[in-house]
Amino acid sequence: MPEEAEKLEVSVWRGGADGAYETFQVPAYENQTILDVVSWIQQYADPTLTYRFACRVGMCGSCAMMVNGRPRWTCRTHIRTVVQDGAVQVGPLRNLPVIKDLAADMDPFFDKWVAAGGVHSPSATRHDPMEAIDPQETDRAEASAGIECINCSVCYAACDTVAGNPDYLGPAALQRAWTLYNDAKHDDRVNILDAVSGNGGCHNCHSMGSCTVYCPNELDPMSAIAGLKRETTRNFFRKRR
Amino acid sequence: MRYARTHPLWLAYVLHRVSGVALALFLPVHFWVLSYALTQPEKLNQFLSFADQPVVKVAEFGLVFLLAVHMAGGLRLMAMEWLPWSAPQKTLAAGAVGFAFLLSGSFFLQVISI
Repeated sequence: MPEEAEKLEVSVWRGGADGAYETFQVPAYENQTILDVVSWIQQYADPTLTYRFACRVGMCGSCAMMVNGRPRWTCRTHIRTVVQDGAVQVGPLRNLPVIKDLAADMDPFFDKWVAAGGVHSPSATRHDPMEAIDPQETDRAEASAGIECINCSVCYAACDTVAGNPDYLGPAALQRAWTLYNDAKHDDRVNILDAVSGNGGCHNCHSMGSCTVYCPNELDPMSAIAGLKRETTRNFFRKRR
Repeated sequence: MRYARTHPLWLAYVLHRVSGVALALFLPVHFWVLSYALTQPEKLNQFLSFADQPVVKVAEFGLVFLLAVHMAGGLRLMAMEWLPWSAPQKTLAAGAVGFAFLLSGSFFLQVISI
């Protein structure tokens, strides 16, 4: 057994929107992620603690939380990188309603994916011959840049524009729209421009860049949104001619 | 705990907005003072002698700084959103433009100081 001399002071959010932080003493081990620490509390200190996780290896995007005021994927964040004077604070994701404790309601986040035109609509059926796509092609390269998104909502929680305007579609949904817009196998490409240029659309973005800075998969939603801004503007002038 | 947002891109955003608001507050006063040239020239002269004080010169430095920061912020934003280049390409281009400004600016200073 590793020695339990050292303890971490971990404060976690308890309750709903009007809840408060509760502090737990958690044994510090050599190798420990934030998710390990939260799981320790749930397993050994308070079984009523609510949190969400699934794969534990950074694939599923379920376990994102606010850690010391910064959105992070907790399963891939080592406690040593965030601990300050032996203490760490873990809260539910920002910009989303709190269900209970560390579990945020993800519905608005996924609703906006659909609202941004994020549902794939195939350009061919299974009976058509397979279209050859060159992976080096410019459009395809733009689309490929965003496909590793795991829907963890870290960018959505990081975005101050979302915080200021609840109707704003947010970085993840807009990046998804940009991916589909550049996808030759997507049927509905012009409708995407309509979906992302409305009131809550891409032109709300102030290019603060928190989405790109905090994305755990090192994607670049800010540049994807810039792409949408260019294309919607180009489309606007094309229509007028 | 407050939301942690201090990274260069966010600071650049704030600097751009704050300098814009400060310039917007300055400009009406600026035009109001200039209007004295037409309405009350003696008052303008009075103001110009007031503006010769070192404290006002420091404030003018602040103004030029605000203008420069706001212009650079606008160019940065336009380059970021309108040029579909890669980040290293943009860094190189910005560096080249900055270097060109430094060289041509120091040449200009040399010319006008003779």
